[in-house]
Amino acid sequence: MSEHETNRQLEQDSVREVMEAMMTYPGKADAGDTVLFCDARPKVEKPYRGIIEKFLNWARANSLWVLGFGTGCGAIELRPLMTSRYDASRFGVAGRPTPRQASVFIIGGYASVKTLKRIIRSYEQMQNPKFVIGLGSCTINGGMYWDSYNTINRLDHYIPVDVYVTGCMPRPEAILAGFVKLQELIRAGKAEKANEYAENFDWYKANQKKIIKNWDMPDYSW
Amino acid sequence: MKYEKIEELLSAMWEKTGLGRLGTGTADSPETAVTGAAAAAVHQQIQSSDLAFVKVPADRGRHLIMDLRDHFGFTHLVFLTASDYIESGVFTLTYMLHSYTRHWDIGVQIDLPREGSTMESIHDLWAQAATYQRELREMFGIDFPGSPRIDEPFILEGWDDVPPMRREFDTKEYSERTFFPRPGRSTNDPAGYMRQKLYPKE
Amino acid sequence: MKSEHTTHLHRKTDPAPVISFSHTAGSRVDLSSGKYLKLWQGPQHPGITGNMSLEVTLHGDEVVDLRTHVGYLHRGFEKLMERRTYMQNFPIVCRICVPEPDFNEYLYAAAVEELAGIEVPEKAVWLRNLSLEMARLTSFLQWIGGQTGAFGMGTIGQWGITHRDYILDLFEELSGGRIYHMYIIPGGVRADMPEGFPGRVREVLNKVEILMDDIERAMFYNAIFKMRAKGLGIVPHSMLDSFGITGPIARAAGAARDTRKDQPYLLYDQLDFKVITGSASDAYERAWVRFQEMHQSISLIRQMLDRMPSGGAIHTRLPNPLHWKIPAGQTYRRAECTRGEYGYYLASDGSGYPRRVYVRGPSYTHAVALMETLAIGVNIADLAGLMVSFHTYPPEIER
Repeated sequence: MSEHETNRQLEQDSVREVMEAMMTYPGKADAGDTVLFCDARPKVEKPYRGIIEKFLNWARANSLWVLGFGTGCGAIELRPLMTSRYDASRFGVAGRPTPRQASVFIIGGYASVKTLKRIIRSYEQMQNPKFVIGLGSCTINGGMYWDSYNTINRLDHYIPVDVYVTGCMPRPEAILAGFVKLQELIRAGKAEKANEYAENFDWYKANQKKIIKNWDMPDYSW
Repeated sequence: MKYEKIEELLSAMWEKTGLGRLGTGTADSPETAVTGAAAAAVHQQIQSSDLAFVKVPADRGRHLIMDLRDHFGFTHLVFLTASDYIESGVFTLTYMLHSYTRHWDIGVQIDLPREGSTMESIHDLWAQAATYQRELREMFGIDFPGSPRIDEPFILEGWDDVPPMRREFDTKEYSERTFFPRPGRSTNDPAGYMRQKLYPKE
Repeated sequence: MKSEHTTHLHRKTDPAPVISFSHTAGSRVDLSSGKYLKLWQGPQHPGITGNMSLEVTLHGDEVVDLRTHVGYLHRGFEKLMERRTYMQNFPIVCRICVPEPDFNEYLYAAAVEELAGIEVPEKAVWLRNLSLEMARLTSFLQWIGGQTGAFGMGTIGQWGITHRDYILDLFEELSGGRIYHMYIIPGGVRADMPEGFPGRVREVLNKVEILMDDIERAMFYNAIFKMRAKGLGIVPHSMLDSFGITGPIARAAGAARDTRKDQPYLLYDQLDFKVITGSASDAYERAWVRFQEMHQSISLIRQMLDRMPSGGAIHTRLPNPLHWKIPAGQTYRRAECTRGEYGYYLASDGSGYPRRVYVRGPSYTHAVALMETLAIGVNIADLAGLMVSFHTYPPEIER
């Protein structure tokens, strides 16, 4: 065999050893593996004072950009929201494709354990100021999947929630009422849940790690 | 071959496989194949004029399915699922086959023991069978050796408990243990409860 | 010597580059050669239908390997349904398939009625059929937005969703809910049509027809849509049975299969419609077949409104739902939903709880085996369009 082929063979052998020794499928918890993702501790952002903060709050409230992640059933009512009939754009609400550009994360309905890991990852990638709206009864107390082995019961134990909109699922007008309420909270300076997440980071992480066993992300190649 | 009724096709099928027939039923008095009683290893139940269920032993299952597909025109695998009859200690696999020319369905049912259950894979007959088999492996623990990607988790992630669709798995208890249930109201008088909550002084 | 391309960001504590094994076991291509790029078109992405991920391996712009990952919407329905009585099941059953929930309600009710031997009154059958066809129309209107949006034409999606809203208003009048109606229950339907309902339905249908003329011009005569959709994802006829393909995908490939004609349920044997087939079996043809089926739905709704009986019971008397036991048995009911064959397998054991309810959704076969095979060789920009042309919707894959 040429040297290249020998090296390739050695590489494949070592890959096989690694494969046998390590996880055999994604999701299987690896004892003793250092968890590398989603461990970065966020910082508490102290608000400015007085009129600057009022101005910033006004600006934040009038430009709530929603992350495009339809996590559950509730996402189906987000689409009519963006049409001219219910017209969310008059509130400054627009949909954005990436977490880096979004400030509101709408959790539409139930969150399975698999989705919760992605929700947390997207939430932690969003930059401050960020807000979370929980849609539907599934985020409040598990809804009609309260006894399911795969959906979480209380969203606010895993990520902080600013506004809950009840319903199953909430009408677009109800979601707009949720946005209005969120705007009120922001203007009053009370929508500080992102800071609460940073302050109680350990508690949230402990809850998350209780159900999410494997934080590893699938490999990319570049 | 033209068959007028599904019973005729089933007779021809039994003849071809040479399994014989025990405990036949008609649409008027369907034999219940669902109590899982191990009385009849070979069984037929005609549910309606276009749907029948047949039960065969596990080692003849694949052969019968291939016969139905190749000779009798049941070319469409509708689904492959399993039901747990814990009181009889069996999983009942159901392969539902459909014939587009005759518009009939036949459900081939196979009983497997609940512990260490394996069944021959049919992923070479239908491509989508691999997906169904992955789900059964994950949800029930039934193994299909040779099926592609059978060991990879399909729906659940990080699951280390009993395969969830088994009847000994209590989903409510698991949910209360793992997730944080919000305590509910403990009274059945909602009006009184809300009055108490909103106007406590009155 | 290990290639530098296999250094991953994972093991920061491990100094030597290690190929961290995850999903790539048995991958069809050799990732360490450096020629390929692996991406995840994951659950947080505007370019997928619903909540599933595509693990894409690219060579330049072309997809060489694809794996679909589902399970983000798994709620354990089948386990939950075993814990609830038959009557308690019907509110949750409609949530299995989000765009067209009525099929779930109808199939569950039909399976229970078959096992329990319940007769449904005639008016209820007409109302059931009406709500099923209206659900088909709403699902198609939502799909058309997805198909055009995947190719960059966002306006048609806005039109489609707005008109779908009008139909959802009608549903709200009829059943009280916009999306989840919980209208079809074992024994009949929950309520009769309100006053003047047929007139309002006809108005909305007229509006939808005007819209469909606009959509036809904007979408099917559009040079860019034609260029991108023609030749995309051709499904050869030989794959139909070996992959379990049903619905408009099979019809666009030339197979004249429609459950409403082959095994008529409800009133489809009395209504007048044709099975629409195509031949070119690419994304354009599938879109065309679905578009014609939208016209067909409108015509069916009009026929039903013309011929519906004016009075009659809408629900048979059922025994006390808290103590209702269904005799032991098993059955399989199927219906033709927008995406293909939808079926419910129900096995009862004589107690008040179902023993096993299995939901057979069309996307189960389309989104996993079919998608992984047909995406090979497709341009990455067209991957979303391919997925929407199969009209896969994840909630019913993992229930």
